[in-house]
Amino acid sequence: MEILLQQIINGLVQGSIYALVALGYTMVYGILGLINFAHGEVVMVGAMLVLSSLTAMLGWGVPPVLALPISVMLAITGCMALGYGIERIAYRPLRHAPRLAPLITAIGVSIVLQNLAMMIWGRDYHSFPQLFANTTHSFGGAVINDIQIIIFVMAVAIMAGLMVVVHHTRLGRAMRAIAENQHAAQLMGVDVNRVISITFMLGSAMAAVAGLMVSANYGLAHYYMGFLLGLKAFTAAVLGGIGNLRGAMLGGLLLGLIESLGAGYIGDLSGGFFGSNYQDVFAFLVLIAVLVFRPSGLLGERLAERA
Amino acid sequence: MISHFARSLSLAAATLMLLGCGKSATTEQNASADLVVRIGASAPLTGPQAHLGKDNENGARMAIDDANARGIDIGGRKVHFELISEDDQADPKSATIVAQKLADDKVSGVIGHMNSGTSIPAEKIYSDNGIPQISPSATAVAYTAQGFKTAFRVMANDAQQGHVLGEYAAKNLGAKNIAVIDDRTAYGQGLADEFIKAAQANGAQIVAHEYTNDKAMDFTAVLTAVKSKKPDLLFYGGMDAQGGPMAKQLKALQLDAKFMTGDGSKTPEFIKLAGAAAEGAYASLPGVPLDKMPGGKAFSGRFVAKYGPIQLYAPYCYDAVNVMIAAMQKAGSADPEKYLAALANISYDGVTARIQFDAKGDLKGGAITVYQVQHGTWQPLYTMAANSAAAH
Repeated sequence: MEILLQQIINGLVQGSIYALVALGYTMVYGILGLINFAHGEVVMVGAMLVLSSLTAMLGWGVPPVLALPISVMLAITGCMALGYGIERIAYRPLRHAPRLAPLITAIGVSIVLQNLAMMIWGRDYHSFPQLFANTTHSFGGAVINDIQIIIFVMAVAIMAGLMVVVHHTRLGRAMRAIAENQHAAQLMGVDVNRVISITFMLGSAMAAVAGLMVSANYGLAHYYMGFLLGLKAFTAAVLGGIGNLRGAMLGGLLLGLIESLGAGYIGDLSGGFFGSNYQDVFAFLVLIAVLVFRPSGLLGERLAERA
Repeated sequence: MISHFARSLSLAAATLMLLGCGKSATTEQNASADLVVRIGASAPLTGPQAHLGKDNENGARMAIDDANARGIDIGGRKVHFELISEDDQADPKSATIVAQKLADDKVSGVIGHMNSGTSIPAEKIYSDNGIPQISPSATAVAYTAQGFKTAFRVMANDAQQGHVLGEYAAKNLGAKNIAVIDDRTAYGQGLADEFIKAAQANGAQIVAHEYTNDKAMDFTAVLTAVKSKKPDLLFYGGMDAQGGPMAKQLKALQLDAKFMTGDGSKTPEFIKLAGAAAEGAYASLPGVPLDKMPGGKAFSGRFVAKYGPIQLYAPYCYDAVNVMIAAMQKAGSADPEKYLAALANISYDGVTARIQFDAKGDLKGGAITVYQVQHGTWQPLYTMAANSAAAH
């Protein structure tokens, strides 16, 4: 029982990081019908920026209470600029090109960012400084630490904030209008370019926060960390129904839970025939099963609504 | 004015042409005097193990630079060595492409690959092209068990290393219930299997065997599964990029077990990644500690000054290149056909060991050292002759 509880905690923490990254994929897809494969790399840049500025400031003797928020703000700003730049350079000129073209530039941007990061931050792993005592709480035999609680609470808060923005503000209305029909929205006086840029910047800001969470939780950052995370988050977005914000959250949390429960129990349930090396296979089996019965994902709209 | 300008321009052009001719003439002369010998090297220069791959490349490069600075004669001709470094991404598929490229480049020998998983598929290609291959760090037993005459290594294999670790865990540390996690690569899996054999032979029980992969970052799920089996020691077969975070997450889950791993995690990076949780972790590395070797201290001093801290295999790469050059000198030729026999029979005092190969291409003799993290650095605990370890 305590093992089950622990696996659920593991899954929820991992899942809320997936969900936060998945939101970035799904927002862009919802509005542009484009899969921004460079999003995982933005997460990595966010983590690297937080780490670099944090290390620099701690080196100058700035107290951690001050250094952490400043470096987080720096990373968010940096990632927003990066997100804006990516859209401006790699996607906007191709907005009316066939669907495949921006997909290829997306992969290109991802490779460029990875290699740039390798040149700037090197091939070594960077460790995240321990700023505060990370107390571990145990209940019912399971353990959870402060960082994990913060990750979960922050992820939920950010997701809730995003829902408010999308459904209850002028900007959100403009976003939804563009998602439904770009040309009609333009005719109604929506500044399409501006709204799309803001969408990319919002997604990138969330990516920066996700980057911070990952490196604080695992205590490390590496130029390659965005790749697998991006892939998993993309999977989560598809699982939940890409283009749908609630779907991305649900998909992220579900994927986290599936992975941890799968890795934890698959061996015992199959009598040792399948081991935890099948944990990714297990996650993708669930994905395939969902897509067979609901091709647009768990909460996705029917595809006819788009295009 | 204009004509003056034009004249000076043509004069300048003529001078340049003359200079150009002179230059090409001297290079030709150089080329006829200096024999250029290309040595290939392959390691993951991108991806999660890029820091280790770069370390390998640096080790090989330093040996090449040293040889060029010393000025080496082979068969009466002055030789200039060139390093052709390739990125195999620690990926078996890329490794075969890299191997084919190096063969097409007509390299005289290859230092690599870094991983067992890449060295094994590549060795057939080197063998088909008659190119000697010295892996600095592939430890899987299978690497030299395929019967290719061109494959050598300058490091003890996993049977020897796994044996020492398994025995140390069960006998010296008194572990009774052992959990094992490996990354399913040729290296991680091979080492874990050998470790299990040795631990069981010494009376320990394997209570869980779980798996991950060489790109993972989160191990909480498998560690939680392992925790329910209440092990007193956890063994990890894999590299530092996973080993470090795993040791950290082990502590975070309040899983009270000793942590032990192989050479792939015996790096400063492991300690950095695991943080305070690294303290007390065990790992092994073939060879005796570098500063106990003649020339070891001098090597590490020069290496650190040039490239920064040694991650892991740089000294082995340095030795691998030097052994290859020594064999070429002995044979009086850099032609693979001619120096291969000399390489097989070489005896060379490197910075990591006295290097001699057995009939399979494995390192003869040698030793394996068990280390522990104490006060934030790896400290040697115990050195055991690999000979007796291989005898099981």
